[in-house]
Amino acid sequence: MKYWIGAALVVIAAFAAALSGMNEYFFYAAYIVLTFVVLSTAWNILGGYAGYVNFGTGAFFGLGSYSAVVLFKALEAPLFVQILAGAAIGAALGFGVGIMTLRLRGIFFAIATVAILFIMETFMVNWRYVGGATGLQLLRPEVMAPFDSYTRMLFVVMALLAVVAVSIARYIQVSWIGRGLRAIRDSEEAAECSGVPTLKLKLFACVVSGALMGAAGAPMPMYLSFIEPASSFSLNWGVSALAMPMIGGTGHWIGPVIGALLLGSIQQIVTVTISNEINVLVVGVLLVLFVVLAPDGIVGLFRKWTRRSSR
Amino acid sequence: MDAPLLQIKQVSKHFGGFTALSGVSLDIARGERFGLIGPNGSGKTTLINCISGSLRNDAGSIRFENSEISGLAAYQRTRRGIARSFQIPRPFHTMSVLENLLVPSAYVVHLREAEAEAKAMEILSSIGLAGKAGVLASQLSQVELRKLELARAMAARPRLLISDEAMAGLAGAEVDEVLEILFDLNEKGIAIIMIEHIMQAVMRFSQRVVCLDAGRIICEGTPTEIVGNPEVQKAYLGA
Amino acid sequence: MIFSFDLLFEAVLFGVLLGCFYAAVSIGLSVSFGLLDVPHVAHPALMVLGSYCTWLVASWGLDPILAGIILMPAFFALGVLIYRFYYETFEKRGTEAGVRGLAFFFGVAFIVEVGLILVFGVDQRTVAAPYIGSSWAIGEYRLPYRMLVAFGIALVLTAALTLYLSRTFTGRAIKAVAQDEPALRLMGANPVRIKQWAFGIATGVSALAGAMLIIVGPVEPALDRLYIGRTFCVVVLAGLGSMTGTLAAGLILGISESIVLMMLGASWAPAVAFGLLLIVLGIRPQGLFGR
Repeated sequence: MKYWIGAALVVIAAFAAALSGMNEYFFYAAYIVLTFVVLSTAWNILGGYAGYVNFGTGAFFGLGSYSAVVLFKALEAPLFVQILAGAAIGAALGFGVGIMTLRLRGIFFAIATVAILFIMETFMVNWRYVGGATGLQLLRPEVMAPFDSYTRMLFVVMALLAVVAVSIARYIQVSWIGRGLRAIRDSEEAAECSGVPTLKLKLFACVVSGALMGAAGAPMPMYLSFIEPASSFSLNWGVSALAMPMIGGTGHWIGPVIGALLLGSIQQIVTVTISNEINVLVVGVLLVLFVVLAPDGIVGLFRKWTRRSSR
Repeated sequence: MDAPLLQIKQVSKHFGGFTALSGVSLDIARGERFGLIGPNGSGKTTLINCISGSLRNDAGSIRFENSEISGLAAYQRTRRGIARSFQIPRPFHTMSVLENLLVPSAYVVHLREAEAEAKAMEILSSIGLAGKAGVLASQLSQVELRKLELARAMAARPRLLISDEAMAGLAGAEVDEVLEILFDLNEKGIAIIMIEHIMQAVMRFSQRVVCLDAGRIICEGTPTEIVGNPEVQKAYLGA
Repeated sequence: MIFSFDLLFEAVLFGVLLGCFYAAVSIGLSVSFGLLDVPHVAHPALMVLGSYCTWLVASWGLDPILAGIILMPAFFALGVLIYRFYYETFEKRGTEAGVRGLAFFFGVAFIVEVGLILVFGVDQRTVAAPYIGSSWAIGEYRLPYRMLVAFGIALVLTAALTLYLSRTFTGRAIKAVAQDEPALRLMGANPVRIKQWAFGIATGVSALAGAMLIIVGPVEPALDRLYIGRTFCVVVLAGLGSMTGTLAAGLILGISESIVLMMLGASWAPAVAFGLLLIVLGIRPQGLFGR
C-alpha cells in the first residue's frame, strides 16, 4: 500500500513540475533520466532477476522509436498508439530472440542481442522510408493542453511509463514468477528439476523486458523531432541499461531506479560539462568497479551497512 | 495391478563418438529401495540424467506410471513425480533454506504461500534443519547442504526420488543421518534410487542392486549377490 | 546490381582471403572462449588496441607485421594479468560468475574503446607498407597484396597454433583442461596456470591480429563493435573448441560477406556476420565441429 501511495505522489509531482515555471532544461535532462529508469528496470527483469544479460537494449529501444516513426508517418498515429505499438513490437522481438537463444547458455543470448542490434541498424540504414543513414526530421503535431511544450508533456509521459515499469517489476519480483526467476538465476538445472518451467519463464521475462524497452523508445522521436539509426541503435544504450541496475542492485526493483537516477544524472552533467566520451568512460569504469567490488550494488551496500550498525 | 513404477527399456545415450549408455533396461517397483553402483564413468549419472530429464536418451523407452516420458522436459517429469538430488549440491544460494523449499512447493504442488511454508517447515523438522530455516543456503555446511538437496526433492512430493551420491565425502555419523532420512522417506511409500560409492550404505539400504560398467548393466540382484559377483569386483578393481 | 560469373569468381577469391583473415583474428577467441569458457566479449577491443599499438610502433619506421610480432610478448603478459584477475574475482567463486563475468568484460571493452578515443581520437588510422595499396593481377582478377599478406600470416598463425595445441605437452594440457579439469589435476598439472598461459597466448595472438587488422584496412576505436559479430560468428560456427573448424568457419563467413558486398553493397556487409551468427545459434548452436 505504501508503494502505491508513493507511486501516486510521483505522478502528481511530475504533473505539478510540468505545469510549473521550472527551467525548460530540467525537463530535457529529466526525460532522458526517466527513460533510463524504464530501460534499467526493464533490463533487470531479465538480467537481474533471471540472470540473462542483454547487451542489445538499443535494438528494442530503437525498434520502438522506428515503429513510432513509421506509424506517425503512415497513419499520423497519436503518441499513445505509438507507445503501445512500441511495446508490442518490443515484445515480439523479445519473443523471437528468446525462442531462438534462451535454450542456450547465457553468453549466447548476450551475443545474440548484439547481433540483433547490428542487424536492426543495418536494416534501418538501408530503408529509405525512414530516412536511411541520414535519418528523418519530424514535424510534431500541436502539443496537447495543458502543457506548454513537448518536452514537458513527454516528461510526464515518461514519468507515467516509469511508474508502470517499476510497478510491473515489483509485481514480478514478489510473485511466484519472481521466485522462479531467482531459482533460474541461482541454479537453472536445479530449478528445472524443482518443477520450474525454465524456458517459459525466461521467455516471459524476455517478452516483458522487450515490451518495456520498446515502449520507452516510442516517444524519443517526438522528443528529438528527429530520428537516425546510429544513435537509436547505439551500443551505448546497452552499456547504460546494464550498468545502472548492476550499480544500483539487481535483486530488488529499487536497484535499477537508484542506478538510473544516480548514473543518469551523472551522465547528464558529464556530457554537458566535459564530453560524451568521458561520459562513456565513467559508465564503464563505474560498472567494472561495482561488478568487482560491490556485486550487490548500492542496495547491497546499504543492507550491509544497516546490518553492521544494528549490532 | 502392480505395474512397475519406472520401466527403462534399451536406453542408449551417445556424446559424439562416446557411448555413455548402451541398451540399459531395468524396472523399479513402487516403493522399492534400489541401489545403483558402478565405477566412475560407468554411466550412472548419465542414466539418472536421462530419467530426470536433464538429458534426452537417444534410443529406448522410459515409462513412468505407465506413460512414456522420454520426450518430456525435466520440469514436466518433476511434476509427474520424479525428484532428484544433485551429486554436487545446487542450492538456490541467494534464498534461505525455507525459500529453497518454497520453489518446488509453488511449481510442483501449487500450494499457497502460508500452506507452503507450513509444509516446508514440517519437512525441515523431519530432517533436522528446522533451526536453519531462515539461514541463507550459501552459509550451510556440507552435510546440511546434502540434507537441503533431499528436503527440496521431498517438497516436490515425489513418488520416485533419485539420490545422487548424497553421502559422498561425509563422515560416519553423517552418513547414518542421511541414510535415516532416506529410510523414513521410503516408509512413506516413495521409491528411492540410491547412487553411492559407500558400499555399506548401499548394502544396508537397497532391496535390489544393479551394477553398471562402461554403459552396460553387468549384474543385477540382492546386495549379497552383487557383492559376491566376480564381474562387479573386476569392474571396481580393474582388469 | 550487375551479375556476372567473373564478378562472382573474384568475390569468392577475395572472400577466401578475407575468410582466412577472419579466421586468424578469431583464433584468439577460439582459445579464450572456445576452450577456456571465458565470456571474453572484450577480445575484439583488445585486438583493436593491438592495431593502435602496431600503428604507434610502425610510426617509428618498422614494418607493421614486425611491429605486431614485437608486441606479442607484452600482450601475452596483459592476457595473463587479465585472466588472473578474472579467475580470482569471478571464476573462483563459481556461482554468479555468469552475469558478473559478462558485465565485467563488457565494461572492459568499453573502457578500452573510450581510452583509445581519448588518446588517439575518433579518426581512422592506417599504416603504410610496400605491400599496401597495390594489387596482384592474375588474368582479369586483381588481388590486393595486403590481403595476400594477411592471408599468408593467417595460415601460418593458424597452423602454428593448431600444431602447438596438438603436439606440445602444454598445448595438449590446454585442450585437456577444457574437457576434463579434474583429470588434469590428478596428473599433477595446475589448471589455473595452464588456463592463464592459454589466455596469455590468445591475447598475444591478438596483437598480431591487430596488426593484420590495420594492414587490411583503416581502424577506428569503434571497430571492436563490428568485430564482436565477426569473431563470435566464426567461433560459434566453428564449434567451441575446434581449431580447424575456425578456418572453415572463417572461409564461410568471408565468402558470404564478399558475395553480399558485391551484390548489395557496403551498407549491408556488416550485417552478414551477425546474421550468420543468429542462424547458427538458431539451428545448430554446437557449430560445425563443436563438442
